[in-house]
Amino acid sequence: MNAIRTLIARELYSYFVTPVAYVFIVIFLVLAGAFTFQLGGFYQREQADLMPFFTFHPWLYLVLVPALAMRLWAEERRSGSIELLMTLPVSTTEAVVAKFLAAWLFTALALALTFPIWLTVNYLGNPDNGAILTAYLGSLLMAGAFLAIGSCLSATTRNQVVAFILTAAVCLVFLLAGFPLVLDAFGGWAPGWLLDTVAGLSFLTHFNALSRGVIDVRDVLYFLLVIAAFLYATAIVLEMKKAN
Amino acid sequence: MIQAERLTKRYGPLLAVDALSFEVAPGEVLGFLGPNGAGKSTTMKMLTGFVAPTSGDAIVCGHRVSGDARAARDRLGYLPEGAPSYPEMTVRAFLAFIAAMRGLRGPARRTAVDRAVGQLDLGDVLAQTVDTLSKGYRRRVGLAQAILHDPPVLILDEPTDGLDPNQKHQVRRLIEGMAADKIIIISTHILEEVEAVCSRALIISSGRILADDTPQGLAARARRHNAVTLRPRAAGDAAQIAEAVDALPGVDSVERADDGTVTAFPADGAPIIGDVAALAGERGWPLVELHQESGRLDEVFREITGETVS
Repeated sequence: MNAIRTLIARELYSYFVTPVAYVFIVIFLVLAGAFTFQLGGFYQREQADLMPFFTFHPWLYLVLVPALAMRLWAEERRSGSIELLMTLPVSTTEAVVAKFLAAWLFTALALALTFPIWLTVNYLGNPDNGAILTAYLGSLLMAGAFLAIGSCLSATTRNQVVAFILTAAVCLVFLLAGFPLVLDAFGGWAPGWLLDTVAGLSFLTHFNALSRGVIDVRDVLYFLLVIAAFLYATAIVLEMKKAN
Repeated sequence: MIQAERLTKRYGPLLAVDALSFEVAPGEVLGFLGPNGAGKSTTMKMLTGFVAPTSGDAIVCGHRVSGDARAARDRLGYLPEGAPSYPEMTVRAFLAFIAAMRGLRGPARRTAVDRAVGQLDLGDVLAQTVDTLSKGYRRRVGLAQAILHDPPVLILDEPTDGLDPNQKHQVRRLIEGMAADKIIIISTHILEEVEAVCSRALIISSGRILADDTPQGLAARARRHNAVTLRPRAAGDAAQIAEAVDALPGVDSVERADDGTVTAFPADGAPIIGDVAALAGERGWPLVELHQESGRLDEVFREITGETVS
Protein backbone atom coordinates (compact mmCIF):
# COMPACT_ATOMS: atom_id res chain seq x y z
CA MET A 1 0.00 0.00 0.00
CA ASN A 2 2.86 2.33 0.85
CA ALA A 3 4.39 1.80 -2.56
CA ILE A 4 1.06 2.59 -4.22
CA ARG A 5 0.64 5.78 -2.21
CA THR A 6 4.19 6.89 -2.99
CA LEU A 7 3.72 6.18 -6.69
CA ILE A 8 0.41 8.04 -6.82
CA ALA A 9 2.06 11.04 -5.18
CA ARG A 10 4.90 10.93 -7.69
CA GLU A 11 2.55 10.74 -10.65
CA LEU A 12 0.46 13.66 -9.41
CA TYR A 13 3.66 15.61 -8.77
CA SER A 14 4.62 15.09 -12.40
CA TYR A 15 1.21 16.25 -13.63
CA PHE A 16 1.48 19.48 -11.71
CA VAL A 17 5.12 20.39 -12.39
CA THR A 18 4.52 20.04 -16.11
CA PRO A 19 1.85 21.89 -18.09
CA VAL A 20 -0.14 18.64 -18.43
CA ALA A 21 -2.35 19.34 -15.41
CA TYR A 22 -3.13 22.95 -16.20
CA VAL A 23 -3.74 22.46 -19.91
CA PHE A 24 -5.99 19.48 -19.25
CA ILE A 25 -8.05 21.14 -16.54
CA VAL A 26 -8.45 24.45 -18.34
CA ILE A 27 -9.40 22.88 -21.67
CA PHE A 28 -11.74 20.44 -19.95
CA LEU A 29 -13.55 23.20 -18.09
CA VAL A 30 -13.75 25.53 -21.08
CA LEU A 31 -15.06 22.82 -23.39
CA ALA A 32 -17.48 21.46 -20.80
CA GLY A 33 -18.87 24.95 -20.33
CA ALA A 34 -19.05 25.74 -24.02
CA PHE A 35 -20.84 22.49 -24.84
CA THR A 36 -23.30 22.91 -22.01
CA PHE A 37 -24.34 26.44 -22.85
CA GLN A 38 -23.88 26.56 -26.64
CA LEU A 39 -24.67 23.08 -27.93
CA GLY A 40 -26.69 21.87 -24.96
CA GLY A 41 -28.91 24.92 -24.75
CA PHE A 42 -28.74 24.99 -20.96
CA TYR A 43 -30.83 28.14 -20.61
CA GLN A 44 -33.20 27.57 -23.51
CA ARG A 45 -34.40 24.26 -22.08
CA GLU A 46 -35.57 26.01 -18.93
CA GLN A 47 -35.19 22.85 -16.93
CA ALA A 48 -33.34 22.61 -13.62
CA ASP A 49 -31.08 19.68 -14.46
CA LEU A 50 -27.59 19.09 -15.83
CA MET A 51 -28.45 16.91 -18.82
CA PRO A 52 -26.88 19.35 -21.31
CA PHE A 53 -23.73 19.21 -19.22
CA PHE A 54 -23.37 15.44 -18.90
CA THR A 55 -24.49 14.57 -22.44
CA PHE A 56 -21.22 15.82 -23.86
CA HIS A 57 -18.89 14.14 -21.39
CA PRO A 58 -18.35 10.99 -23.47
CA TRP A 59 -17.16 13.12 -26.40
CA LEU A 60 -14.99 15.33 -24.23
CA TYR A 61 -13.36 12.27 -22.73
CA LEU A 62 -12.86 10.75 -26.15
CA VAL A 63 -10.37 13.51 -26.94
CA LEU A 64 -8.95 14.45 -23.56
CA VAL A 65 -8.60 11.16 -21.70
CA PRO A 66 -6.41 9.46 -24.34
CA ALA A 67 -4.15 12.52 -24.12
CA LEU A 68 -3.86 11.99 -20.39
CA ALA A 69 -3.44 8.22 -20.64
CA MET A 70 -0.96 8.11 -23.51
CA ARG A 71 1.99 9.01 -21.31
CA LEU A 72 1.21 6.51 -18.54
CA TRP A 73 3.53 3.79 -19.81
CA ALA A 74 4.79 4.92 -23.22
CA GLU A 75 6.74 7.71 -21.55
CA GLU A 76 8.31 5.34 -19.01
CA ARG A 77 9.27 3.05 -21.83
CA ARG A 78 10.73 5.79 -24.00
CA SER A 79 12.82 7.37 -21.26
CA GLY A 80 13.89 4.01 -19.85
CA SER A 81 12.61 4.91 -16.39
CA ILE A 82 10.45 1.79 -16.57
CA GLU A 83 13.63 -0.13 -15.78
CA LEU A 84 14.15 1.96 -12.69
CA LEU A 85 10.53 1.63 -11.60
CA MET A 86 10.29 -2.10 -12.18
CA THR A 87 13.46 -2.87 -10.22
CA LEU A 88 12.21 -0.99 -7.17
CA PRO A 89 10.45 -3.14 -4.58
CA VAL A 90 7.04 -2.84 -6.22
CA SER A 91 5.04 -5.42 -8.15
CA THR A 92 3.82 -4.85 -11.69
CA THR A 93 0.21 -4.93 -10.48
CA GLU A 94 0.89 -2.29 -7.84
CA ALA A 95 2.60 -0.04 -10.37
CA VAL A 96 -0.26 -0.43 -12.87
CA VAL A 97 -2.91 0.27 -10.23
CA ALA A 98 -1.00 3.24 -8.80
CA LYS A 99 -0.48 4.95 -12.13
CA PHE A 100 -4.11 4.38 -13.08
CA LEU A 101 -5.40 5.68 -9.74
CA ALA A 102 -3.25 8.80 -10.04
CA ALA A 103 -4.71 9.57 -13.46
CA TRP A 104 -8.21 8.79 -12.22
CA LEU A 105 -7.82 11.01 -9.18
CA PHE A 106 -6.67 13.73 -11.50
CA THR A 107 -9.77 13.43 -13.73
CA ALA A 108 -11.86 13.38 -10.55
CA LEU A 109 -10.28 16.71 -9.64
CA ALA A 110 -11.04 18.14 -13.08
CA LEU A 111 -14.61 16.91 -12.77
CA ALA A 112 -14.94 18.36 -9.27
CA LEU A 113 -13.84 21.73 -10.60
CA THR A 114 -17.02 21.88 -12.69
CA PHE A 115 -18.91 22.58 -9.43
CA PRO A 116 -19.91 26.12 -10.49
CA ILE A 117 -22.37 24.61 -12.95
CA TRP A 118 -23.93 22.72 -10.10
CA LEU A 119 -24.14 25.92 -8.05
CA THR A 120 -25.68 27.67 -11.02
CA VAL A 121 -28.41 25.14 -11.54
CA ASN A 122 -29.19 25.15 -7.83
CA TYR A 123 -29.38 28.93 -7.89
CA LEU A 124 -31.73 28.93 -10.85
CA GLY A 125 -34.06 26.19 -9.74
CA ASN A 126 -34.55 23.09 -7.61
CA PRO A 127 -32.77 20.25 -9.37
CA ASP A 128 -32.69 16.65 -8.15
CA ASN A 129 -29.25 16.72 -6.55
CA GLY A 130 -29.27 12.96 -6.06
CA ALA A 131 -29.59 12.52 -9.80
CA ILE A 132 -26.80 15.00 -10.38
CA LEU A 133 -24.55 13.11 -7.98
CA THR A 134 -25.34 9.86 -9.79
CA ALA A 135 -24.50 11.49 -13.11
CA TYR A 136 -21.17 12.69 -11.70
CA LEU A 137 -20.47 9.15 -10.52
CA GLY A 138 -21.31 7.78 -13.97
CA SER A 139 -19.07 10.35 -15.62
CA LEU A 140 -16.19 9.46 -13.31
CA LEU A 141 -16.67 5.75 -13.93
CA MET A 142 -16.67 6.27 -17.67
CA ALA A 143 -13.51 8.38 -17.44
CA GLY A 144 -11.95 5.52 -15.47
CA ALA A 145 -12.87 3.03 -18.17
CA PHE A 146 -11.34 5.29 -20.85
CA LEU A 147 -8.20 5.64 -18.72
CA ALA A 148 -7.87 1.90 -18.20
CA ILE A 149 -8.10 1.34 -21.96
CA GLY A 150 -5.50 4.09 -22.43
CA SER A 151 -3.24 2.54 -19.82
CA CYS A 152 -3.28 -0.80 -21.62
CA LEU A 153 -2.58 0.66 -25.05
CA SER A 154 0.08 2.99 -23.67
CA ALA A 155 1.86 -0.08 -22.32
CA THR A 156 2.10 -1.56 -25.80
CA THR A 157 4.24 1.19 -27.29
CA ARG A 158 6.98 3.67 -26.54
CA ASN A 159 5.38 6.20 -28.87
CA GLN A 160 2.83 8.49 -27.24
CA VAL A 161 1.20 9.50 -30.52
CA VAL A 162 0.53 5.86 -31.33
CA ALA A 163 -0.85 5.37 -27.83
CA PHE A 164 -3.14 8.37 -28.24
CA ILE A 165 -4.58 7.34 -31.58
CA LEU A 166 -5.08 3.70 -30.60
CA THR A 167 -6.76 4.71 -27.37
CA ALA A 168 -9.07 7.20 -29.06
CA ALA A 169 -10.03 4.60 -31.67
CA VAL A 170 -10.71 1.82 -29.18
CA CYS A 171 -12.64 4.19 -26.93
CA LEU A 172 -14.76 5.26 -29.89
CA VAL A 173 -15.59 1.64 -30.63
CA PHE A 174 -16.60 1.09 -27.01
CA LEU A 175 -18.65 4.29 -26.97
CA LEU A 176 -20.58 3.39 -30.08
CA ALA A 177 -20.75 -0.37 -29.59
CA GLY A 178 -24.55 -0.20 -29.48
CA PHE A 179 -24.84 1.95 -32.61
CA PRO A 180 -24.90 1.19 -36.33
CA LEU A 181 -21.33 2.40 -36.89
CA VAL A 182 -20.03 -0.56 -34.91
CA LEU A 183 -22.91 -3.01 -35.17
CA ASP A 184 -22.97 -2.85 -38.98
CA ALA A 185 -19.48 -4.32 -38.99
CA PHE A 186 -20.95 -7.41 -37.36
CA GLY A 187 -24.14 -7.21 -39.39
CA GLY A 188 -24.28 -9.89 -42.05
CA TRP A 189 -22.27 -12.65 -40.42
CA ALA A 190 -22.39 -12.52 -36.63
CA PRO A 191 -25.03 -14.53 -34.73
CA GLY A 192 -27.63 -12.63 -32.79
CA TRP A 193 -26.18 -13.35 -29.38
CA LEU A 194 -22.85 -11.83 -30.43
CA LEU A 195 -24.60 -8.72 -31.72
CA ASP A 196 -26.40 -8.40 -28.41
CA THR A 197 -23.16 -8.85 -26.50
CA VAL A 198 -21.39 -6.20 -28.54
CA ALA A 199 -24.29 -3.83 -28.18
CA GLY A 200 -24.26 -4.47 -24.44
CA LEU A 201 -20.68 -3.21 -24.26
CA SER A 202 -21.67 0.29 -25.28
CA PHE A 203 -20.32 2.95 -22.93
CA LEU A 204 -23.01 5.36 -24.12
CA THR A 205 -25.88 3.06 -23.19
CA HIS A 206 -24.48 2.44 -19.73
CA PHE A 207 -23.58 6.06 -19.20
CA ASN A 208 -26.91 7.45 -20.40
CA ALA A 209 -28.77 5.56 -17.70
CA LEU A 210 -26.45 6.88 -15.00
CA SER A 211 -26.46 10.41 -16.38
CA ARG A 212 -30.23 10.50 -16.08
CA GLY A 213 -29.76 9.75 -12.40
CA VAL A 214 -30.71 6.09 -12.52
CA ILE A 215 -28.30 4.00 -10.47
CA ASP A 216 -28.35 0.50 -11.84
CA VAL A 217 -25.83 -1.79 -10.17
CA ARG A 218 -25.22 -3.42 -13.54
CA ASP A 219 -24.07 -0.14 -15.09
CA VAL A 220 -21.70 0.59 -12.21
CA LEU A 221 -20.45 -2.98 -12.25
CA TYR A 222 -19.96 -2.82 -15.99
CA PHE A 223 -17.59 0.14 -15.80
CA LEU A 224 -15.72 -1.35 -12.85
CA LEU A 225 -15.28 -4.60 -14.75
CA VAL A 226 -13.99 -2.80 -17.83
CA ILE A 227 -11.47 -0.96 -15.63
CA ALA A 228 -10.34 -4.17 -13.91
CA ALA A 229 -10.06 -6.07 -17.19
CA PHE A 230 -7.96 -3.42 -18.92
CA LEU A 231 -5.71 -2.94 -15.91
CA TYR A 232 -5.16 -6.68 -15.81
CA ALA A 233 -4.34 -6.56 -19.52
CA THR A 234 -1.91 -3.69 -18.85
CA ALA A 235 -0.02 -5.81 -16.34
CA ILE A 236 0.12 -8.73 -18.77
CA VAL A 237 1.37 -6.53 -21.62
CA LEU A 238 4.04 -5.05 -19.35
CA GLU A 239 5.22 -8.44 -18.14
CA MET A 240 5.37 -9.69 -21.71
CA LYS A 241 7.31 -6.85 -23.25
CA LYS A 242 8.88 -4.92 -20.41
CA ALA A 243 12.28 -4.69 -21.92
CA ASN A 244 11.69 -4.07 -25.62
CA MET B 1 26.57 -13.61 -2.36
CA ILE B 2 25.25 -13.48 -5.90
CA GLN B 3 24.97 -16.64 -7.93
CA ALA B 4 24.09 -16.85 -11.60
CA GLU B 5 22.99 -20.34 -12.56
CA ARG B 6 23.16 -20.96 -16.28
CA LEU B 7 21.44 -17.66 -17.03
CA THR B 8 20.17 -17.72 -20.58
CA LYS B 9 18.27 -15.13 -22.58
CA ARG B 10 16.97 -15.64 -26.05
CA TYR B 11 15.39 -12.87 -28.14
CA GLY B 12 13.77 -14.74 -30.97
CA PRO B 13 16.58 -16.38 -32.91
CA LEU B 14 19.22 -14.28 -31.10
CA LEU B 15 20.96 -15.90 -28.15
CA ALA B 16 21.87 -12.81 -26.12
CA VAL B 17 23.14 -14.61 -23.02
CA ASP B 18 24.26 -18.21 -23.23
CA ALA B 19 24.15 -20.24 -20.00
CA LEU B 20 26.18 -17.81 -17.92
CA SER B 21 27.24 -19.11 -14.50
CA PHE B 22 29.31 -17.26 -11.93
CA GLU B 23 29.41 -16.35 -8.26
CA VAL B 24 30.35 -13.09 -6.61
CA ALA B 25 31.23 -12.80 -2.93
CA PRO B 26 31.06 -9.73 -0.66
CA GLY B 27 34.15 -7.57 -0.98
CA GLU B 28 34.48 -8.30 -4.66
CA VAL B 29 34.15 -5.66 -7.35
CA LEU B 30 33.33 -7.58 -10.49
CA GLY B 31 33.75 -5.94 -13.86
CA PHE B 32 31.74 -7.08 -16.86
CA LEU B 33 33.86 -6.42 -19.88
CA GLY B 34 32.88 -6.99 -23.42
CA PRO B 35 32.16 -5.48 -26.80
CA ASN B 36 28.85 -3.71 -27.33
CA GLY B 37 26.07 -6.25 -27.67
CA ALA B 38 28.00 -8.89 -25.73
CA GLY B 39 25.16 -9.45 -23.28
CA LYS B 40 26.49 -7.39 -20.36
CA SER B 41 23.38 -5.28 -19.91
CA THR B 42 21.03 -8.19 -20.50
CA THR B 43 22.83 -10.17 -17.79
CA MET B 44 22.46 -7.25 -15.42
CA LYS B 45 18.78 -6.91 -16.27
CA MET B 46 18.33 -10.58 -15.38
CA LEU B 47 20.24 -10.23 -12.10
CA THR B 48 17.95 -7.36 -11.10
CA GLY B 49 14.83 -9.20 -12.19
CA PHE B 50 13.84 -6.62 -14.82
CA VAL B 51 14.10 -9.21 -17.57
CA ALA B 52 13.07 -12.79 -16.92
CA PRO B 53 15.66 -15.29 -18.13
CA THR B 54 14.65 -17.77 -20.82
CA SER B 55 16.18 -20.40 -18.57
CA GLY B 56 18.45 -20.45 -15.54
CA ASP B 57 18.12 -18.26 -12.48
CA ALA B 58 19.97 -15.78 -10.31
CA ILE B 59 20.19 -15.84 -6.52
CA VAL B 60 20.80 -12.59 -4.67
CA CYS B 61 21.76 -12.97 -1.00
CA GLY B 62 19.91 -16.26 -0.84
CA HIS B 63 16.77 -15.02 -2.63
CA ARG B 64 15.85 -16.39 -6.00
CA VAL B 65 15.13 -13.57 -8.42
CA SER B 66 12.49 -15.69 -10.16
CA GLY B 67 10.58 -16.68 -7.04
CA ASP B 68 11.34 -14.06 -4.41
CA ALA B 69 11.82 -10.96 -6.54
CA ARG B 70 10.76 -8.49 -3.87
CA ALA B 71 13.31 -9.72 -1.32
CA ALA B 72 16.03 -9.79 -3.96
CA ARG B 73 15.21 -6.24 -5.10
CA ASP B 74 15.30 -4.97 -1.51
CA ARG B 75 18.96 -6.00 -1.39
CA LEU B 76 19.89 -4.48 -4.73
CA GLY B 77 20.88 -1.04 -5.78
CA TYR B 78 20.71 -0.72 -9.55
CA LEU B 79 21.90 1.91 -11.98
CA PRO B 80 20.29 1.03 -15.32
CA GLU B 81 22.09 1.77 -18.57
CA GLY B 82 21.87 5.46 -19.39
CA ALA B 83 20.87 6.36 -15.81
CA PRO B 84 17.17 6.94 -16.51
CA SER B 85 15.12 9.02 -14.09
CA TYR B 86 12.10 11.31 -14.16
CA PRO B 87 13.30 14.44 -15.97
CA GLU B 88 10.55 16.72 -14.67
CA MET B 89 11.40 16.04 -11.02
CA THR B 90 13.90 18.02 -8.99
CA VAL B 91 16.87 16.05 -7.71
CA ARG B 92 15.57 16.42 -4.16
CA ALA B 93 12.08 15.18 -5.05
CA PHE B 94 13.45 12.31 -7.12
CA LEU B 95 15.74 11.04 -4.35
CA ALA B 96 12.97 11.44 -1.77
CA PHE B 97 10.66 9.42 -4.05
CA ILE B 98 13.17 6.58 -4.43
CA ALA B 99 13.84 6.61 -0.68
CA ALA B 100 10.11 6.38 0.00
CA MET B 101 9.78 3.49 -2.46
CA ARG B 102 12.63 1.83 -0.57
CA GLY B 103 10.50 2.04 2.57
CA LEU B 104 12.54 4.78 4.21
CA ARG B 105 10.52 7.44 6.01
CA GLY B 106 10.86 10.36 8.36
CA PRO B 107 14.34 11.05 9.73
CA ALA B 108 15.73 7.85 8.17
CA ARG B 109 14.76 9.12 4.73
CA ARG B 110 16.38 12.50 5.32
CA THR B 111 19.57 10.86 6.60
CA ALA B 112 19.74 8.52 3.61
CA VAL B 113 19.16 11.31 1.08
CA ASP B 114 21.68 13.60 2.77
CA ARG B 115 24.29 10.84 2.83
CA ALA B 116 23.87 9.98 -0.86
CA VAL B 117 23.85 13.67 -1.80
CA GLY B 118 27.08 14.15 0.12
CA GLN B 119 28.77 11.11 -1.37
CA LEU B 120 27.98 12.19 -4.92
CA ASP B 121 28.39 15.89 -4.36
CA LEU B 122 24.88 16.81 -5.49
CA GLY B 123 24.31 19.57 -2.94
CA ASP B 124 24.39 22.33 -5.56
CA VAL B 125 21.75 20.88 -7.85
CA LEU B 126 19.13 19.64 -5.36
CA ALA B 127 16.56 22.21 -6.45
CA GLN B 128 17.17 21.73 -10.18
CA THR B 129 15.02 19.45 -12.29
CA VAL B 130 16.82 16.44 -13.70
CA ASP B 131 16.31 17.53 -17.33
CA THR B 132 18.36 20.68 -16.74
CA LEU B 133 21.37 18.68 -15.52
CA SER B 134 24.47 17.80 -17.49
CA LYS B 135 25.08 14.18 -18.42
CA GLY B 136 27.61 13.83 -15.62
CA TYR B 137 25.21 15.08 -12.98
CA ARG B 138 22.45 12.80 -14.26
CA ARG B 139 24.75 9.84 -13.92
CA ARG B 140 25.56 10.88 -10.38
CA VAL B 141 21.86 11.26 -9.57
CA GLY B 142 21.42 7.71 -10.88
CA LEU B 143 24.24 6.51 -8.64
CA ALA B 144 22.83 8.35 -5.64
CA GLN B 145 19.48 6.66 -6.26
CA ALA B 146 21.19 3.25 -6.33
CA ILE B 147 23.03 3.65 -3.01
CA LEU B 148 20.21 5.39 -1.09
CA HIS B 149 19.17 2.36 0.95
CA ASP B 150 22.77 1.20 1.47
CA PRO B 151 22.15 -2.14 -0.26
CA PRO B 152 24.53 -5.09 0.14
CA VAL B 153 24.58 -5.52 -3.65
CA LEU B 154 25.20 -2.82 -6.23
CA ILE B 155 24.72 -3.40 -9.93
CA LEU B 156 25.95 -0.48 -11.98
CA ASP B 157 25.61 -0.45 -15.75
CA GLU B 158 28.34 1.83 -17.10
CA PRO B 159 28.59 4.00 -13.98
CA THR B 160 31.19 6.42 -15.34
CA ASP B 161 29.86 6.84 -18.88
CA GLY B 162 29.66 10.53 -19.71
CA LEU B 163 31.68 11.73 -16.73
CA ASP B 164 34.76 13.91 -17.05
CA PRO B 165 38.08 12.57 -15.71
CA ASN B 166 37.65 14.21 -12.30
CA GLN B 167 34.15 12.85 -11.91
CA LYS B 168 35.30 9.42 -13.04
CA HIS B 169 37.96 9.50 -10.39
CA GLN B 170 35.39 10.54 -7.80
CA VAL B 171 33.01 7.70 -8.73
CA ARG B 172 35.85 5.17 -8.65
CA ARG B 173 36.86 6.37 -5.17
CA LEU B 174 33.23 6.01 -4.15
CA ILE B 175 33.08 2.44 -5.47
CA GLU B 176 36.36 1.59 -3.76
CA GLY B 177 35.09 3.10 -0.53
CA MET B 178 31.98 0.93 -0.59
CA ALA B 179 33.68 -2.20 -1.85
CA ALA B 180 34.85 -3.68 1.45
CA ASP B 181 31.56 -5.21 2.57
CA LYS B 182 29.45 -5.08 -0.58
CA ILE B 183 29.10 -6.99 -3.78
CA ILE B 184 29.57 -4.60 -6.64
CA ILE B 185 29.10 -5.49 -10.27
CA ILE B 186 29.90 -2.90 -12.89
CA SER B 187 29.83 -3.10 -16.64
CA THR B 188 32.11 -1.01 -18.72
CA HIS B 189 34.05 -0.94 -21.91
CA ILE B 190 36.66 1.36 -20.44
CA LEU B 191 39.53 -0.97 -19.67
CA GLU B 192 41.44 1.37 -17.39
CA GLU B 193 38.36 1.39 -15.21
CA VAL B 194 38.63 -2.34 -14.68
CA GLU B 195 42.23 -1.96 -13.64
CA ALA B 196 41.34 0.98 -11.40
CA VAL B 197 38.42 -0.45 -9.42
CA CYS B 198 37.74 -4.12 -10.12
CA SER B 199 39.11 -7.01 -8.13
CA ARG B 200 37.90 -9.41 -10.78
CA ALA B 201 36.92 -9.16 -14.41
CA LEU B 202 34.66 -11.28 -16.60
CA ILE B 203 35.20 -10.88 -20.30
CA ILE B 204 31.91 -11.59 -22.03
CA SER B 205 31.31 -11.89 -25.72
CA SER B 206 28.29 -13.23 -27.58
CA GLY B 207 26.72 -14.06 -24.23
CA ARG B 208 29.51 -16.35 -23.05
CA ILE B 209 32.27 -15.93 -20.49
CA LEU B 210 35.61 -15.95 -22.28
CA ALA B 211 37.80 -15.10 -19.32
CA ASP B 212 37.35 -14.83 -15.56
CA ASP B 213 40.40 -13.49 -13.76
CA THR B 214 41.86 -10.61 -11.80
CA PRO B 215 42.77 -7.60 -13.95
CA GLN B 216 46.45 -8.38 -13.25
CA GLY B 217 45.94 -12.01 -14.22
CA LEU B 218 44.29 -10.93 -17.45
CA ALA B 219 47.05 -8.47 -18.23
CA ALA B 220 49.62 -11.24 -17.70
CA ARG B 221 48.01 -13.09 -20.58
CA ALA B 222 49.17 -10.39 -22.95
CA ARG B 223 52.02 -11.31 -25.23
CA ARG B 224 53.84 -8.14 -24.23
CA HIS B 225 53.60 -8.95 -20.54
CA ASN B 226 57.14 -8.75 -19.08
CA ALA B 227 58.64 -8.16 -22.51
CA VAL B 228 61.75 -5.96 -22.49
CA THR B 229 62.36 -3.08 -24.86
CA LEU B 230 65.85 -1.75 -25.58
CA ARG B 231 66.71 1.26 -27.73
CA PRO B 232 70.36 1.63 -28.69
CA ARG B 233 71.87 5.08 -29.26
CA ALA B 234 72.83 4.10 -32.81
CA ALA B 235 70.21 2.22 -34.81
CA GLY B 236 73.04 0.30 -36.45
CA ASP B 237 73.67 -1.63 -33.23
CA ALA B 238 70.19 -3.11 -33.27
CA ALA B 239 70.99 -6.23 -35.28
CA GLN B 240 73.85 -7.23 -33.01
CA ILE B 241 71.85 -6.54 -29.85
CA ALA B 242 68.84 -8.49 -31.12
CA GLU B 243 71.00 -11.48 -31.86
CA ALA B 244 72.66 -11.47 -28.43
CA VAL B 245 69.35 -11.03 -26.55
CA ASP B 246 67.68 -13.77 -28.55
CA ALA B 247 70.38 -16.17 -27.37
CA LEU B 248 69.42 -15.65 -23.68
CA PRO B 249 67.76 -18.76 -22.23
CA GLY B 250 64.53 -17.08 -21.03
CA VAL B 251 63.85 -15.27 -24.30
CA ASP B 252 61.33 -16.70 -26.71
CA SER B 253 61.61 -14.30 -29.60
CA VAL B 254 62.89 -10.85 -30.54
CA GLU B 255 61.36 -8.17 -32.74
CA ARG B 256 63.08 -5.17 -34.27
CA ALA B 257 61.32 -1.96 -35.16
CA ASP B 258 62.41 0.48 -37.88
CA ASP B 259 63.75 3.03 -35.38
CA GLY B 260 66.20 0.47 -33.99
CA THR B 261 64.07 -0.50 -30.99
CA VAL B 262 64.48 -4.13 -29.98
CA THR B 263 61.76 -5.95 -28.06
CA ALA B 264 62.44 -9.30 -26.43
CA PHE B 265 59.47 -11.52 -25.49
CA PRO B 266 59.84 -13.94 -22.58
CA ALA B 267 59.33 -17.65 -23.15
CA ASP B 268 56.80 -18.27 -20.38
CA GLY B 269 55.81 -14.79 -19.20
CA ALA B 270 58.54 -14.80 -16.54
CA PRO B 271 60.49 -11.55 -16.07
CA ILE B 272 63.64 -11.37 -18.18
CA ILE B 273 64.64 -7.78 -17.50
CA GLY B 274 67.36 -8.87 -15.04
CA ASP B 275 69.10 -11.08 -17.57
CA VAL B 276 68.78 -8.53 -20.35
CA ALA B 277 70.11 -5.70 -18.16
CA ALA B 278 73.04 -7.84 -17.00
CA LEU B 279 73.87 -8.71 -20.58
CA ALA B 280 73.69 -5.05 -21.63
CA GLY B 281 76.01 -4.08 -18.79
CA GLU B 282 78.44 -6.87 -19.58
CA ARG B 283 78.63 -5.92 -23.26
CA GLY B 284 78.65 -2.18 -22.57
CA TRP B 285 75.87 -1.40 -25.15
CA PRO B 286 75.18 2.32 -25.48
CA LEU B 287 71.44 2.37 -24.73
CA VAL B 288 69.06 5.31 -24.42
CA GLU B 289 66.21 3.20 -23.16
CA LEU B 290 65.71 -0.08 -21.37
CA HIS B 291 62.36 -0.95 -19.82
CA GLN B 292 60.01 -3.77 -19.01
CA GLU B 293 56.60 -3.78 -20.69
CA SER B 294 53.51 -4.61 -18.71
CA GLY B 295 50.72 -6.49 -20.35
CA ARG B 296 47.95 -4.24 -21.54
CA LEU B 297 44.38 -5.16 -20.93
CA ASP B 298 43.17 -3.81 -24.24
CA GLU B 299 45.56 -6.12 -26.02
CA VAL B 300 44.24 -9.11 -24.11
CA PHE B 301 40.70 -7.90 -24.65
CA ARG B 302 41.21 -7.75 -28.41
CA GLU B 303 42.92 -11.12 -28.47
CA ILE B 304 40.16 -12.79 -26.48
CA THR B 305 37.12 -11.16 -28.05
CA GLY B 306 38.52 -10.48 -31.51
CA GLU B 307 37.99 -13.90 -32.94
CA THR B 308 34.40 -14.17 -31.75
CA VAL B 309 33.14 -10.80 -32.93
CA SER B 310 34.95 -10.13 -36.18
